[in-house]
Amino acid sequence: MAKIQVKTKINGEKTEFLCQAYDTVLDVLRRDLNMTGTKEVCSTGDCGACSITMDGRLVCSCLVLAAETEDKNIETIEGMAKNGKFNVLQKTFLEHAALQCGICTPGMLVAAKSLLEKNINPTETEIRYWLAGNLCRCTGYDKIVKAVQAAAEEIRENA
Amino acid sequence: MSDVKFISPDTLEQAVDVYSKSSKEGKTKILAGGTDLLVQIRSGISQPDTIIDIKNIKELKEISNDNGSYTIGAAVAGAVLEEEKNFGNNWPGVLEALRLIGSEQIQGRASLGGNLCNASPAGDSVPALIASGATVKVHGPEGERDMPIESFHSGPGKTNLKNGEIVVNFQFPKKQKNSGDAYLRMIPRTEMDIAVVGCAVNVTIENDKCVDARVALGAVAPKALLVEDASKALIGSNFEKEAVEKAALACEAACNPIDDKRGTISYRKKVSKVLFKRALEKAIERAKKG
Amino acid sequence: MNEMDNKWIGKNTIRPDGADKVTGRAEYGADTIMPGMIWGKVLRSPYPHATIKSINTKKAEELDGVFSVATSSDCVDFPVDTPVILGIQDIRWMARNVLAKEKVLFHGHPIAAVAAMTEEIAEKACELIEVDYDVHPWAIEIDDAIKPDAPILHDFIKFDGKPSNIAGTLEHKKGNIEEGFKDADIIIEKEFETAAVHQGYLETHACLVSVSPDDRTTIWSSSQGQFMVRAMTSFITGIPQSSIRAIPAEIGGGFGGKTIVYLEPVATILSKKSGRPVKMVMTREEVMRASGPTSGSKSKVKIGAKNNGKITAAQGTFYLQAGAFPGAPIRGAAGCCLAPYDIPNAHTFGYDVVSNRSKVAAYRAPGAPIGAYAVECVLDEVAEALNMCPLEFRLKNAAKEGTKAVHGPTYPVMGYVETLEACLSHPHYKAPLKKLQGRGYASGFWFNAGGESSAQVNITEDGNVVVTTGHPDIGGSRASIANITAELLGIDVNRVSVLIGDTATIGFSNLTGGSRVLFASALVVTESTNQVIDILKDRASKIWNIDKEAIEWENGEARPAGDNAGKFKPLTLVELAEQATPTGGPIGAGHQVNTVGAEGGFATHICDVEVDIELGIARVIRYTAAQDVGKAIHPAYVEGQLQGGVVQGIGWALNEEYIYNKDGKLDNPGFLDYRIPVCSDLPMIDTILVEVPNPQHPQGVRGVGEVPIVPPLSAIANAIYDAIGTRFYSLPMSPPKVLEKISD
Repeated sequence: MAKIQVKTKINGEKTEFLCQAYDTVLDVLRRDLNMTGTKEVCSTGDCGACSITMDGRLVCSCLVLAAETEDKNIETIEGMAKNGKFNVLQKTFLEHAALQCGICTPGMLVAAKSLLEKNINPTETEIRYWLAGNLCRCTGYDKIVKAVQAAAEEIRENA
Repeated sequence: MSDVKFISPDTLEQAVDVYSKSSKEGKTKILAGGTDLLVQIRSGISQPDTIIDIKNIKELKEISNDNGSYTIGAAVAGAVLEEEKNFGNNWPGVLEALRLIGSEQIQGRASLGGNLCNASPAGDSVPALIASGATVKVHGPEGERDMPIESFHSGPGKTNLKNGEIVVNFQFPKKQKNSGDAYLRMIPRTEMDIAVVGCAVNVTIENDKCVDARVALGAVAPKALLVEDASKALIGSNFEKEAVEKAALACEAACNPIDDKRGTISYRKKVSKVLFKRALEKAIERAKKG
Repeated sequence: MNEMDNKWIGKNTIRPDGADKVTGRAEYGADTIMPGMIWGKVLRSPYPHATIKSINTKKAEELDGVFSVATSSDCVDFPVDTPVILGIQDIRWMARNVLAKEKVLFHGHPIAAVAAMTEEIAEKACELIEVDYDVHPWAIEIDDAIKPDAPILHDFIKFDGKPSNIAGTLEHKKGNIEEGFKDADIIIEKEFETAAVHQGYLETHACLVSVSPDDRTTIWSSSQGQFMVRAMTSFITGIPQSSIRAIPAEIGGGFGGKTIVYLEPVATILSKKSGRPVKMVMTREEVMRASGPTSGSKSKVKIGAKNNGKITAAQGTFYLQAGAFPGAPIRGAAGCCLAPYDIPNAHTFGYDVVSNRSKVAAYRAPGAPIGAYAVECVLDEVAEALNMCPLEFRLKNAAKEGTKAVHGPTYPVMGYVETLEACLSHPHYKAPLKKLQGRGYASGFWFNAGGESSAQVNITEDGNVVVTTGHPDIGGSRASIANITAELLGIDVNRVSVLIGDTATIGFSNLTGGSRVLFASALVVTESTNQVIDILKDRASKIWNIDKEAIEWENGEARPAGDNAGKFKPLTLVELAEQATPTGGPIGAGHQVNTVGAEGGFATHICDVEVDIELGIARVIRYTAAQDVGKAIHPAYVEGQLQGGVVQGIGWALNEEYIYNKDGKLDNPGFLDYRIPVCSDLPMIDTILVEVPNPQHPQGVRGVGEVPIVPPLSAIANAIYDAIGTRFYSLPMSPPKVLEKISD
């Protein structure tokens, strides 16, 4: 029962864990590290609910093996609010009622943040295609897109 | 599962060594972006006892440009390749095909090598690679060899790789002046689907005349097809209606699709013609720009 | 209350549970743990139809790491021929759906379950369970299930005196249908079919259950009703309701699909037998294979009208798939389909058809989109034949206050006409269209519900407010309750916390469904808050030593009124809370009632599509939904209900469908090939909130959640016809189907 030892960084904190070869980052986050903010919805990369970034790159944590994260920098929804303050997207999602049941929200926020780090002035079409991998069944996406637009505007104003 | 090994070698030789020794029973799997492999493991379709992560091997992650000839590492992710701006200027069709695979999240991981080795008849990048005329370099126990993309697959899920061979990189020919490539696929939604039909076209134009053309189709046969009759119909033409129609009919004739949950035989045949025409138009437009 | 003076009602406040949901702190069904917890997995049927001859669990039990195994023999035995009714469910079916008893009736039907140290061991143990089957022929589609020699799922179900898969019927009649058609100048009759579609909630079913040796049971689960979970688990396991505490987790979408149990009774049995808390989480594939979609259907609708545009008669026949056990939503189809119209002669008939599919569960206005799809498409054809604008035609036949509906009631004040007028005067109605673009219209109705609701409003020692209700909040109802409470008390909304109580901490509340939650909870919260205000006045009267009647509550404080006006400094809520102990003790009040007076909701939608006629792809490019929402307590979340419902309807119309293979197995059990709309498929969804307050509600609330999914199916079909001149009678209008029909 040899387990694989992994040293990684999650939301800036050095983290060590043991895993098995088939374990995904999502498995380890939720089951072993009890970081349940990242949601498991499809486990096949089709919904985006488990979105995280790894070395700054947006990925589905269900499609990354835990063993691959050695020496990587993982960012999850739990690291998005800094020093007790919301990220601008968290704020605009609340202000624009961009969530109903909220299960897609962590992944949606992580994905939207990744977009705005690349592009602070995305068009509606660019937002819609960037978020196409994040399913939401409650909102019809309308208010999510508007919340991302509002966040982008705020970022531009403060730039 | 507790006995499953995960290894991440730093050199190609190490990877080939492990892979060639263990892959005989088919229980060793190469991990690139993992966007297909992890789904197969989760569903039980694949249950490897050894996983070789090849992303620490330099050659597989490299992008190089030798006087206009690109070499793209097999494990370079779509999102990474997009940031290499000049590649997309040279091979927009290949880039758009790779970028169509899955979501932005998938793009953080999915690679040309993975898409090729997964060997799905519907893999988006494969027709575009075929149309581009790229070759793939593989490395095995007996050394290296280059293969044209169109001869890489032997059927759905099957490749012509020999025991222990690993895909290293893709070598693109120097882009011809006044040439252009394009890839289009039909999916029911705007994103997140598997291609029902995919079509790539690469044309070179001189004095309004087609001097070279490569046409490839995906998802309409057990493997992606180079449609040589379509190329023949175009070469030497001025893309006049008759020539284009003849090439489109060649595409339709090349189709050998199946009825499945994603589309019917008749639908795929009809759509192959439509996509060919649209992809051709886009490729011509690009070729005319240089 | 003067509308204009509202400070919180009608305002888009920040939801009380919002911060937790944007930071990942909110705990959903699969997000919690208990000490000593083990994992449960379910063994499912490999066949669509078979008799279970025997189940041998010995090898599974002996596997290292296995704690317990459950089969239907561990459940209370409900004889198959004796109904056990709980709400709209029959527990004899529910029990057999949770763990198969005599037969497996669909591929994926649960047979047994194992609890083990890890999910992996539990899965391995499931494979060691030996089941001996007698495999039968199966029927998936309605036609196959109702043909004369169809395989019969339940031998004792009879129709016309013979064993049948038609498990029930329902009809509504008004006037004389034959006479009505005789009066008609034009009659159009068409047949329709729709595919089964899944609710598609993102959160898979999940629960964590701990049973003590004395049977005291704690259930943590995600559902649309913690009391429903308690009752159904109690029925199936035999543990009394008083011993079960069902705690509502945050729920990651339900849309009706979480109004029944799948895992909770199984986890309860496994926990009871193992002495350990048991966690169970379905995979997406399990959700698709074995949790309720809504019915696929076949229907026929005939409508007759005079040349002057008046409908004289309408007739509809609807066959709806129930899945493996009876219970298709025929009432929604046959009852809602003609509800927007004043029709003198009508007859609607519904058939509840069982077949070897997973048992259907409620899905947003269950049955109503199916009925409306057929009726609203035929209405479009009648309007065209009469050369009338489809909206003007509907206006001419619109039901109003006093109209006797085909499904029975005589309507009170209602806003259907207003939704039509709102559409007619909206810029969308006259916006130009390009080639291959088209515009369609459709209306829809849903009953809406009231029912049991409980609330408790407590003033904290520091003068703030905690409201507890009993309906799980899926779409933001806590925000609306906070608005109402803050309004009534005259305090800042941020001083109000709203919580959903568990079955031990709040009185019985019916499940979140039927668009009932805000209607019902606002009633009991209003009554509770008014009682609290009365208590606060009483406390002030004690402090000032004047009559309670001489005190008014305004702007968050008690003020002396009448002769005493100005004699005392007003006492704020904080000041009164500080003096709670000497003036009589804790301040709080609760109210519980079976709420009545929920009135139906009506909507009219305008939809623009663009069709790629070479590929058969129809895309929605503009959408406007007008709906009578009663009173929008929190407009943004009301809009959200409209937008979300519309987009589910778009998915239903264009791409979503349950596809079965030749072996009777679902062929697309995941989000790759069960294609719910993605962000890039859609335009913004515009909404028009028509406010015709419900006079039977203190704030004028009508249910808003379900109506929006009713019109889109036909609005889109009508728009496609407008774009390309081809009518489609079968959903989904997926590209291969569309191209085939265009090519013909």
